[in-house]
Amino acid sequence: MARPARTNTRESAAAMSPLLPALELRGLTKRFDRPAVDGLDLAVRGGEFYALLGPNGAGKTTTLRIVAGLLRPDAGAVSVFGIDALRHPAEAKRVIAWVSDEPMIYDKLTPFEYLEFVAGLWSIDAATAEARARGLIDWLGLGPHAHERCQGFSKGMRQKVALAGALVHEPRLIILDEPLTGLDAGSARQVKDVLAGRVRDGATVIMTTHILEVAERMAERIGVIDKGRLIAEGSLDELRRRAGKGDSSLEDIFLELVAEQSGGA
Amino acid sequence: MSQPATLTWFARHELCLFWRDWLSMMTAGKRSREPVLVVVALVFAVLIHLLAYYLVAPLAEAGIAPDKATLVAVTGSAFLSWTLMLSQAMESVTRAFYTRQDLDLILSSPASARRVFAVRMAAIALAATALTTVLAGPFLNVLVLTDGARWLAGYGVLAAMGALSTAFAVVLTVALFRGLGPRRTRLISQIVSAVVGAAFVIGVQAVAILSTGSFSRLAFLRSERVVALAPETESLLWRPAQAAMGDLPALGLVLAASLGLLVVVIAVFSANFGDHVVAAAGVAYEGNKARRARESFRPASTERALRRKEWTLLRRDPWLMSQTLMQILYLLPPALLLWQSFADNVGALLVMVPVMVMASGQLAGGLAWLAVSGEDAPDLVASAPISPRAVIAAKIEAVLGAVAMVVAPLLLALALAAPRLALAAALGIAVAACSGTLIQIWFRAQAKRSNFRRRQTSSRVATLAEALSSILWAGTAALAAAGSWFAAALAAVALLGLAGTWMIRPRQTEGV
Repeated sequence: MARPARTNTRESAAAMSPLLPALELRGLTKRFDRPAVDGLDLAVRGGEFYALLGPNGAGKTTTLRIVAGLLRPDAGAVSVFGIDALRHPAEAKRVIAWVSDEPMIYDKLTPFEYLEFVAGLWSIDAATAEARARGLIDWLGLGPHAHERCQGFSKGMRQKVALAGALVHEPRLIILDEPLTGLDAGSARQVKDVLAGRVRDGATVIMTTHILEVAERMAERIGVIDKGRLIAEGSLDELRRRAGKGDSSLEDIFLELVAEQSGGA
Repeated sequence: MSQPATLTWFARHELCLFWRDWLSMMTAGKRSREPVLVVVALVFAVLIHLLAYYLVAPLAEAGIAPDKATLVAVTGSAFLSWTLMLSQAMESVTRAFYTRQDLDLILSSPASARRVFAVRMAAIALAATALTTVLAGPFLNVLVLTDGARWLAGYGVLAAMGALSTAFAVVLTVALFRGLGPRRTRLISQIVSAVVGAAFVIGVQAVAILSTGSFSRLAFLRSERVVALAPETESLLWRPAQAAMGDLPALGLVLAASLGLLVVVIAVFSANFGDHVVAAAGVAYEGNKARRARESFRPASTERALRRKEWTLLRRDPWLMSQTLMQILYLLPPALLLWQSFADNVGALLVMVPVMVMASGQLAGGLAWLAVSGEDAPDLVASAPISPRAVIAAKIEAVLGAVAMVVAPLLLALALAAPRLALAAALGIAVAACSGTLIQIWFRAQAKRSNFRRRQTSSRVATLAEALSSILWAGTAALAAAGSWFAAALAAVALLGLAGTWMIRPRQTEGV
């Protein structure tokens, strides 16, 4: 098994320059029974909204879990704002937030307590964290439930609590794996508004989704992966040009790309 | 083939689910382990029969007559088993209320919910009987071999006990449900079932300590004073014991009364059981009450935030509360001994040391499972800018802190009466708790916190190692307290056992 490649990047103020890519993957490889991620190269610019699309089992979640420090790759390099995330995971994690499709919250804690706990995990000063938490609770409409235990919360409310937890440490790179699954229209809109607001404020968002309309409307660039490899990347217009269909929807382009890949495989 | 939606059809369905569930629990879902399970079951059966022979054969050789002393001992032992059956049945009934599983499907179908619940109540009785039969059966078999076939009637008494305990459990749980409402019943019922399971054991032990100054329940039940106070052999109280000893009219009476009661209870309560299940389901959808809120965040380091979170979750876990309560209840007899022997009989206090060490090891293992394997947001913690080592360290601190809080009062009292014993106990508790915690960390496997009851299934090795470690450290502490140098030898065995467990631990792969 090959060791992950390592760069000599040192963590410093210079390394956190906004000119650096928010995320850079080089030759990322992860194998379970079969290759889940197969030599993936990917770069996401700072301050952009990037949608990562792919059919089921394409390797999207595995890729993002590696970036979030939840899985170790078999080979390759992961750089987050110039930080070697494999060599210095804690430094990389400090600027990353991870939100999965299954909200990671504690039933026996209230949203207020949950945000206090997350702020503690990221060592955020209590007063600063509290001010941010109150803002997020209001923004996400969780105010009336801030001091109720999360048990019995709807999927939408749980996802909003998880999202507030992800944002309370003001991450520069927000990674979301299917964050809109199972949400009603109102909750989905709130989550999308929050993400759009974060991108306006300079954060980078990488999101996987099967709701292609969301990627179509929100993402500045879209990457399509299949069988662990990037098969297409670009803005919606660039993908249309590549597909040779000037006015087709992202859904049409996506299905054609995946079919093309399957045919060629 | 039975007609769909009839009683027998539901019974077949339940039996099939029960069998697969049990098999999966025993083999951790791996079919390759089934042959191993058969071998382990056979070895267990042989060992427990040998143990039963060792304990029972001398009594049988001396002749077992249905006199008052024997009736008291048999009745006392049977009642002890029955309270455990009642505890298990209460927990099963509570789970039937609150665990959804397939109930949404069944309750939304046109099939009779009454039949489903009737079958499930009967299944609870069957499960309670089966579990007790596993433990009591070998003793009956040995008695059949050494004292005659009349003891086969004991199996009938076990079935009667299962039926009676289930009938009581249903009535008690439904009464709690109606009296306290669905929200509170879950917690109260779990605590009541834990207390019921422990109460008689502890009660008899406490009386034994007060009257004979020893822990022996059997010695107490066979003591002349108890036998003298007991009613004469004609009393109805002795019918179950007489039935177990082969009195067929008594067996008929016991079976008819208990099975009859279960049938009546099922007939009366199965009709409304669905309503209770629906009401219990509503609890999850009701808005939570806003609690008295803290106004501001408390400053905390990463480690402190983790410790605080673990303690908050442990404190708010009702099932865990009932389990901890059990552990504390089992510490009551030694506490009673401590109080009784205070300042004048330090020697008797020696028995407290292994009990406290054993309880601490087991408690730490359970808490460590909850904190490490039962982490509800593993990705959140793993994605935080803190090393996995620091996360584990914070969780170990949380577990050991909780154990310390439970045992500290008793340890303090012991220190006042016998400082040397307290020191041995404190060291034993620390080492046993650390060992139990480490074993759970080495064998961690992500699971839902609600699967606490089944934590043993994820690794039999971890369960055995945890029990063995607690026993060995308890023995070491007892020997050290007694001033024996054998303590060092036993400690070496315990350390070797730990090292062996560490060597066969599974490799942890996830996380960076």
